[in-house]
Amino acid sequence: MTDAVHRLENGGRIDRTQRLSFHFDGETMHGHPGDTLASALLANGVRLVGRSFKYHRPRGLMAAGGEEPNGLVRLRQGGRAEPNVRATEIILYDGLVAESQNRWPSLNFDLGAVNDRLSPLFPAGFYYKTFMWPASLWPTYEAVIRRMAGLGKAAESADPDRYEKQYAHCDVLVVGAGPAGLAAAHWAGRTGARVILADEGAELGGALLGNGQRIDGRPGMNWAAGIGAELARAENVRLLPRTIVAGYYDHNALTLLERVADHLLQPDQGQPRQRLWQVRAKQVVLATGALERPLVLANNDRPGVMGAGAVQTYINRYGVRPGRRAVLFTNNDSAYPAAMDLAKAGVAVAAVVELRAQAPLRYLPELEQLGIELLVDRAVLSVTGRKSVTGVQIGKLNEAGDGVVAGLERRIDCDLLCLSGGWTPSLHLLSQSGAGLQWDAAQGCFLPGPGRAAASQAVRVAGAANGDFGLQDCLTLGAEAGNAAANDAGHRRRGRGPRKPAADDAAAPLPPRPIWSIPGPGRNGGNNSGSNGGKAFVDFQSDVTAADLRLAAREGYRSIEHVKRYTTTGMGTDQGRTSNINALGIVAQALDVPVPQVGHTTFRPPFSPVTFGALAGGQVGPLLDPVRRTPMHGWHLAAGAVFEPVGQWQRPYYYPKAGEDMAAAVDRESLAARTSVGLMDATTLGKIDIQGPDAAEFLNRIYTNGWKGLAVGGCRYGLMLGEDGMIFDDGVTARLGQGHFHMTTTTGNAGHVLDWLESWLQTEWPELVVYCTSVTEQWAVAALCGPNARRLLAELCPDLDLSPAAFPYMTWQTAALPGVAGGLEARIFRIGFTGELSFEINVPAGHGPTLWQALMAAGEKYAITPFGTEAMHVLRAEVGFIIVGQETDGTTTPEDLGLGRMVSGKKDFLGKRSLSRSDSMRQDRPALVGLLTDDPGLRVPEGAQLIAGTNPAPPQRGQGHVTSSYHSPNLGRTFALAMLEGGHGRHGEAIHIAYDGRAVPATVTAPRFLDPVLEAPERAK
Amino acid sequence: MLLISCPWCGDRSEEEFSCGGEAHIVRPVTPQDMDDQAWGDYVFMRRNEKGVHFERWRHGNGCGRWFNVARSTVTHEILAIYQVGDDRPEVPE
Ligand SMILES: [Zn+2]
Repeated sequence: MTDAVHRLENGGRIDRTQRLSFHFDGETMHGHPGDTLASALLANGVRLVGRSFKYHRPRGLMAAGGEEPNGLVRLRQGGRAEPNVRATEIILYDGLVAESQNRWPSLNFDLGAVNDRLSPLFPAGFYYKTFMWPASLWPTYEAVIRRMAGLGKAAESADPDRYEKQYAHCDVLVVGAGPAGLAAAHWAGRTGARVILADEGAELGGALLGNGQRIDGRPGMNWAAGIGAELARAENVRLLPRTIVAGYYDHNALTLLERVADHLLQPDQGQPRQRLWQVRAKQVVLATGALERPLVLANNDRPGVMGAGAVQTYINRYGVRPGRRAVLFTNNDSAYPAAMDLAKAGVAVAAVVELRAQAPLRYLPELEQLGIELLVDRAVLSVTGRKSVTGVQIGKLNEAGDGVVAGLERRIDCDLLCLSGGWTPSLHLLSQSGAGLQWDAAQGCFLPGPGRAAASQAVRVAGAANGDFGLQDCLTLGAEAGNAAANDAGHRRRGRGPRKPAADDAAAPLPPRPIWSIPGPGRNGGNNSGSNGGKAFVDFQSDVTAADLRLAAREGYRSIEHVKRYTTTGMGTDQGRTSNINALGIVAQALDVPVPQVGHTTFRPPFSPVTFGALAGGQVGPLLDPVRRTPMHGWHLAAGAVFEPVGQWQRPYYYPKAGEDMAAAVDRESLAARTSVGLMDATTLGKIDIQGPDAAEFLNRIYTNGWKGLAVGGCRYGLMLGEDGMIFDDGVTARLGQGHFHMTTTTGNAGHVLDWLESWLQTEWPELVVYCTSVTEQWAVAALCGPNARRLLAELCPDLDLSPAAFPYMTWQTAALPGVAGGLEARIFRIGFTGELSFEINVPAGHGPTLWQALMAAGEKYAITPFGTEAMHVLRAEVGFIIVGQETDGTTTPEDLGLGRMVSGKKDFLGKRSLSRSDSMRQDRPALVGLLTDDPGLRVPEGAQLIAGTNPAPPQRGQGHVTSSYHSPNLGRTFALAMLEGGHGRHGEAIHIAYDGRAVPATVTAPRFLDPVLEAPERAK
Repeated sequence: MLLISCPWCGDRSEEEFSCGGEAHIVRPVTPQDMDDQAWGDYVFMRRNEKGVHFERWRHGNGCGRWFNVARSTVTHEILAIYQVGDDRPEVPE
């Protein structure tokens, strides 16, 4: 079995005995267990992995981890497809399918690449500059830009996989399982504290897996494996590999995304693809490491330009030879071990180009032994080659680093350029926690600093993330951080701690030479524009160059937050992991101010993209929101009802008979309720049981009308206002006893009303002895309505006198129903919402279906007709009864609805004072009116605007709007309710309704089209 | 995501609670005697502190009780939790 061309014969953490097939852009290739998609692609000699966002320049892999800006692919197919996944984070499995993105028609031949030649048209802020005018063409521009420049495409069909959420608590959460994180978890775990250790990699070890460093005389990765095995055995430690800590929120709440099955062809039976963890940690240790920055120079984005650390990882961890002939360019020490690893892997190392005036002495003997040329105080000025690096141009910079001393000195052929521009501690999570960052000029990076650090964000930073780049510091300080975190969480170790690990190489690195942008080889050194050797990229993912940043500075941008939004630097899915510091440095230089003065951008969650699937978890499809059904739901279903969601409730909308459309069904139902008898399921109405000696006083303060005079056995309609005087809810409340009331509320508002009552009782009037209990689901309610309602009900409760004198309107009684469930006891309310003779029969919820069936059976001789919410709406609108939330919108007073008589002048109540504010007294306030269109067959839509003239064209000032609009079989025509400016005084006026490009003529009427059949003057609901 | 210690239930996550805005706003006893300005202040005007904010919270998805919280709007640190009707506690600025 021959292996891929760039695979080393030995070494790495891959299993060469097993071969995995995968497909990239339709081509079949092979890799091994232990590979990522990125390492397998490199092993197969794939250099070109994508096209850049704006200029469509050919791009290759630059990094080996989560900071990779270029290698974004679309992973998997069909409903499982996921765009914008970093190839460096995709664990290879047999059968993997991935596609490159952002190219058309193919990766090798991309038409969009013409953007690179037209780059003067795409300067910083080009969106703002080019497409400001005319605004009407925006949609056109947008479509073109999106097709040319968009990132990956989302899946076209539903994701078949399952996602989960999990909550967890722990004493110490350690983020990152590199040397510092492992040491922290090890020492924290020994105290007995509950520890969670999360790392984005599949294997514990972090940088130790790739950099060849040694601990206690053996490979660092072996030490990591040993610690990992001990932690895996410990009952108090939970290891979460393949887990990204995405968000750090208040009070040490962190969100983790565990990629449970992303490394498999598909999840196993019952296994979720991903799991979103919400962890509340007493203490947090951030051992998030550091990321290597590229150096900014002309054409630094050509495939074959990679990070020095990344190259080490590909060699040591994946056994991949990333090139044949390499040049390394560095401003710090870390490129030297990479040069040696390259040489040992059989790559010809043409030169190490050292930007500093002095190279670190400790590496020189081995460099010499390997025959590697060292060019001190030199710079790579530009890169040649287009789809792959072919060589580099070398020169010497002046002392300030902003110009070239003597032009080009020489050219070196190579196919691999390793850049090391220094290390940026990963402080995204620390920044999210609210802690401040502090600029460290010597190391050229931000470190944890003072600032808004709340005591409730108990966090420590250890290792490279804390600026402690040496391995020994990582181990020692990591262990100390873990131990201290456990102590602060209340756990102390008994006896001695674990043996302290010792790094073989304990030397501290020399400081780097921070030059943020390498001047180009041309005469305008430092500009790095297209005419000067090529674009020098800062943010590879967003295609932002050093020239773009300088342009922004010249145009007056001073704050990095503004530069970021204007140039889009740092706004890609990598949140500028490799680019932020270089961008800051370049802007500071252009403005001639120290870096801290430019500030740093605020990091916000998520640190890494989190899929919508994980955020939704199991709450998809029917589990999105709870569904509430009445006890009679099964009967409605069997009767063929069409349902309407009202809040979480499913209510029958109408009951179509064979061949009937909605309009016909609603007409039939509305007619039956006024001519014989109809039956409606009113169970969903909110019901609150109110008890206590002060219950009547309480209602007096809550409702606009008086309640103390209501006799036991009576019912009353009430309006509730907010303190702003606006209608909040309405409903009928019955007095069950001296200190006992049964309140009803609108279906959708029941929870809010209970909260409202509780808030006043608990916070403002604690002296009132009143108890409120929701009983909505304890009662099933059947509303019997129509001229035959009384006769029908009499059959069911023969012992009850239903005559108007004995059982008048707005009263209630208890009665036994001998024929129903062996003498079921019911509460019967003579109230209704249809303006028809009505009885609302309440029975314990479980008996709802029995009652319903008994009514239907007994009602057969009257052709009893079940009706839904739409017919109910028609009936109530015919008699001018309002619906809160339909006629009202939170700016409506009782007077606006013509319900001024509901407002007591004698007592105070919530919102009363607001009714006499000058604005509430305005004569031109929108008021409830009726509308009859001149064309009795035309039904205008709800929401349509009322206009003054006959010209419907905007812009013009509306006079009001239609709130309810129906066809009425009882009226033989359409009708509507509306809120109209000054409407109370405008009955009889002609008006127009803007609808369908026309001005529909109509007449304003009183908001009542039929008189309710009631024996009391007051309206009811 | 705040961790709030309900006086009746103990430490619970923010998602079980709802914030009821500024605390210590007392409903006027005789609203009808107030002018529009004074009544409008009571109904509409609220403090927007940078620093310690005294506010009402309700453990809606728990015991249902209201209580008061002193919270820093800068750090989101909870500095005190106390009963409705109690005076503002002394808290560090
Ligand atoms: Zn509670």
